[in-house]
Amino acid sequence: MKIFVVVGTQEPFDRMIKAIDKWAGDNPGNEIYAQISHAGYLPVNMEYTDFITPDIFDQRFNEADLIVSHAGMGTIISALRNSKPIVVMPRFAQYHEHRNDHQIATAQSFEKLGFVNAAYTDLELFGFLNNASSLTAAPAIGPAASPALIAKLRQFIED
Amino acid sequence: MNVKPKKILAVASGGGHWIQLMRVIPAFEGHEVVFVSTHEGYKKVAGARKFYAVTDANRWNKLRLIKMAFEVRKIVVAEKPDVVISTGAAPGLFALLWARLAGKKTIWLDSIANVEKLSMSGRLIKPFARLHLTQWEHLQGKGTVYSGNVIH
Repeated sequence: MKIFVVVGTQEPFDRMIKAIDKWAGDNPGNEIYAQISHAGYLPVNMEYTDFITPDIFDQRFNEADLIVSHAGMGTIISALRNSKPIVVMPRFAQYHEHRNDHQIATAQSFEKLGFVNAAYTDLELFGFLNNASSLTAAPAIGPAASPALIAKLRQFIED
Repeated sequence: MNVKPKKILAVASGGGHWIQLMRVIPAFEGHEVVFVSTHEGYKKVAGARKFYAVTDANRWNKLRLIKMAFEVRKIVVAEKPDVVISTGAAPGLFALLWARLAGKKTIWLDSIANVEKLSMSGRLIKPFARLHLTQWEHLQGKGTVYSGNVIH
């Protein structure tokens, strides 16, 4: 299985990277590539890079069977657009993984809508990874925002 | 139908904010768009349209934030846009601020990531946004409008 791991451009997310690296060690034979953003913890069981250009991001994204990501909108929208199964792990403010807990609310809301699988703990993450082949993607979204939003913006711009 | 083409300055920091901005591009059809973001790598995505990269910063690195504020101001002054739109975060906040002070139309589209309350930038910029949008129906009110979202 090809797994693409994304932590985003803002800050590292060692808790998630450490967990996936541990799982990768216990489950050899998967092809895992991680974008780790100057992490304090460097993976030993998977390939990684600090940052990635938009081109390479798209390429890795398209090739992957599964996306595992922090609960950032960039990755979630890309997964919905490309109909890729995605597991998100929200960053917690209490572990200094983000300035606030908005990723928890994002993960919960998008989980409720059936758009993502949400893992809040290492154990939940392992659960999803162990059943990776049975994870399905939400139906693909279109290339643009809802017509109501486009119309509202257009009207204001041209008014 | 004959609307005079407007010049739109579309601003977003890298990652999710930028991706959300890309999804409202159809609203700019027939108008001139100039993009501003924090990653030079997006220049390609902007295609034939003009693109500026500014310093990346958030509210925790004050010096970089000040540097960015001045870079954004320079762009707003040089480009003289009719409309400034942003999906967040800090560069958009500054762009709307400078544009509103210059009497331009300003649009804030708060990120869909903000489910429980508007983003910090979104709350700060509200007095300077002539159109202040949330992407969640339950967050509308008090001058903040809901009219759909970027996921469709």
